Amino acid sequence: MASSPPVTQQPPPPSLRFNVQDRHRQLSDNDSNTQAVKLTLNQVNFFYGNRQALFKINIEIIKNRVTSFIGPSGCGKSTLLRCLNRLNDLIEGARLEGTLLLDGVDIYGPDVDITDLRKRVGMVFQKSNPFPKSIYEIVAYGPRLHGTRNRGQLDQIVEEGLKGAGLWDEVKDRLQASAFGLSGGQQQRLCIARALAVKPDVLLMDEPCSALDPVATAKIEELLFSLKQDLTVVTVTHNMQQAARVSDWTAFMYLGELVEFGLTKQLFTTPSKKQTEDYITGRFG
Amino acid sequence: MRSPFTTFLASGNVFIWGCAASVSISLLMVFGLLLLIIVNGLGYFWTSGIVELTLKDGQHVMGQLAGREVIPHSVTPDRPEGKGRLRVKIGNRDVYGLDFKWVNDDQIVSQTYPTDTALLERREWGNMYARVKAVYKGEELQAEGNEAGWIALGPLIGITNALHQQITRIETIEIGSINSDIEQARLKTRALEMRHSLSPGPGDSPAPEMKETGQIQNLKAQIAAAEVRYQEKTLELDALRAQFDEYSVVMVDANGREKQIPVGQIIRALRPNEMSLLHKSWIYLTNVWSVLTTEPREANTEGGIFPAIFGTVMMVIIMSLAVVPFGVLAALYLREYAKQGMLVRLVRIAVNNLAGVPSIVFGVFGLGFFIYAIGGTLDTLFFPERLPTPTFGTGGILWASLTLALLTVPVVIVATEEGLSAVPREFREGSLALGATKLETMLKVVIPSALPGILTGLILAMARAAGEVAPLMLTGVVKLAPSLPLDSSWPFFHLDRKFMHLGFHIYDVGFQSPNVEAAKPMVYITTLVLITVVVLLNLTAIVLRNHLRKKYAGSVL
Repeated sequence: MASSPPVTQQPPPPSLRFNVQDRHRQLSDNDSNTQAVKLTLNQVNFFYGNRQALFKINIEIIKNRVTSFIGPSGCGKSTLLRCLNRLNDLIEGARLEGTLLLDGVDIYGPDVDITDLRKRVGMVFQKSNPFPKSIYEIVAYGPRLHGTRNRGQLDQIVEEGLKGAGLWDEVKDRLQASAFGLSGGQQQRLCIARALAVKPDVLLMDEPCSALDPVATAKIEELLFSLKQDLTVVTVTHNMQQAARVSDWTAFMYLGELVEFGLTKQLFTTPSKKQTEDYITGRFG
Repeated sequence: MRSPFTTFLASGNVFIWGCAASVSISLLMVFGLLLLIIVNGLGYFWTSGIVELTLKDGQHVMGQLAGREVIPHSVTPDRPEGKGRLRVKIGNRDVYGLDFKWVNDDQIVSQTYPTDTALLERREWGNMYARVKAVYKGEELQAEGNEAGWIALGPLIGITNALHQQITRIETIEIGSINSDIEQARLKTRALEMRHSLSPGPGDSPAPEMKETGQIQNLKAQIAAAEVRYQEKTLELDALRAQFDEYSVVMVDANGREKQIPVGQIIRALRPNEMSLLHKSWIYLTNVWSVLTTEPREANTEGGIFPAIFGTVMMVIIMSLAVVPFGVLAALYLREYAKQGMLVRLVRIAVNNLAGVPSIVFGVFGLGFFIYAIGGTLDTLFFPERLPTPTFGTGGILWASLTLALLTVPVVIVATEEGLSAVPREFREGSLALGATKLETMLKVVIPSALPGILTGLILAMARAAGEVAPLMLTGVVKLAPSLPLDSSWPFFHLDRKFMHLGFHIYDVGFQSPNVEAAKPMVYITTLVLITVVVLLNLTAIVLRNHLRKKYAGSVL
């Protein structure tokens, strides 16, 4: 069991964190098309049976950036997110058209190992969903699935995962306790730790803060800034302020169509479409 | 404006009363039934005093009071309607041919509790209520008179009980093992002979034939040796039996009739009217213990019910081992893998309706499918040397358990399906999103979370199975099983053996016994024990389930 006191990766004091945030903001301001593309969506159509949920989506998601999907309920942003790790495959009658490339490889291609894909593309859900197991077992769940048996190695992975999710200091003394004893925000960060433990390239977050209070939300938003150093993050959110705060790129969707996609700063200050402007100014949605 | 009556109705008080009344009536029924069973069952173990009644015609009646009632619907003058009468357990069945006697109140002149009368519990013919007259060793008089005889009798009973134990041990264990050795050797011989006769004729090389003949001769020598050992044991037994029958006692009843019985027939001699409350309590506890741990006597109406308890518990356990994997796998397929549609709905309806099929029909199915089809095939394939005596082709604990597993599988399927559907989708998605396959998700997240639901199904199934009798009567339960299905001889679990069951014991003792009146307390005790066994089995499962619930505390289940 990893019970040694943490010696590294103490969370930086708040002032420092905001500096980091600002620096990232500057970076995103300078974003250009020359940066590495992680995920490419080309003419993606998606159907639930006969009902089409997504219409010709074209997006390029840049590596080591946070990309947000915003839009009113039912606009297809969660569906789009779940296309990225093929979680929609579980739904009977679901069908996808178009191409979806991860590092240039079609993830809907015939040779793709779906468990390998999901290992590379982790996911955090709207409702925190820790398993009915101990904190340690939850974080170790993924690595165990993928063949890590060595206890020392697992201890290390669990510690790294929990530190990555900013939860280590709060739970290091009760790793064997049930996860249901944690608060809502802690449970959500535990789910992030669980996703981080399999070392994904991309982290999908489906409204990760919608069930949390502002303090817990702030913690997770801070976390996003540190996460994007190693990962590409795609989040779905209802909350436009949140999208504006955390993301480098923002996609506005409406009725299954991608209305506008661009740098967050641009999209929120000078939207090119009337619909986007109406939505972000609160005239509808 | 509402009338006060409408207001009163709308307040819901009447509804609440209705609910409360329903609960009260249910509770009343449950506790009333339990109380009836407990009072009648536990009362049996109490040794009540021996009463001696003197009647108007000068006759004496001696025994234990067993009840009193007001005479109903008189048709004969000797039974005046409306007067009371006593029921006396007079015992001495070998002398009177009856165990009970009705005595009208108006016949009784006096009623006394003489301290010098003895209650003899016997291996045969039930209790005897009498006074000791003389004790003999062979023809030789050892003690005469009630007091001297009583004093002499005590140690003799101790000796004969020890001898009886020794004889039983030799008979069942030692001779039993010799018999099974002989039987094994005989079966091996027969198997070798059968193989020999089946092997293709003239072209066969002589070498294996020689080998088989050698083996057969070897086995025959073994049989001969075992028979010699058997003879030795028989001689030993004869000597013990002679000792066992050496002493006898002459008893005299209330009317002066004498009866000589061997001391070996007596299990225990008591003078209940002399005993203190403490002594009686001690006797009470030993009675309870002996019922729970000994084998039945006297066509099951006396002695213990241990084999029936053992058979019931073992059958329920085997049934659980069969029904849980079967039901859980079926439910997993229906809930997790099958395409939800018309067909699955139909299957589900069919499964639910299976629970309503009369249990005797399951018994018939078990007889036809398990015993005749599967058991018969097993016999011809693996035990041909024993035929025509069937091994698995006849009722046995395995087939009875499997039949009950079929009977209870709908309960497990329904409960498991409910448990599975209560596992939140988020758990599955969380696991799948980490790269787990569907099977891994099922094994590591879904089934553990559904375990409390599965155990609920098991609890219901056990309660149902433990109480079933009808299917067992066709698939392997017997009135008296010579040996337990689990013992010390190889291979320890004898799943082909017939067994005894508490539910069937109730039916058999209560309704098939030649002496129903004497057996009545036994029926209550057996019922009480059956209920206790079911409760204990259920408690085990409930404790396990609560442990699991605590482990998965916070989950929705």
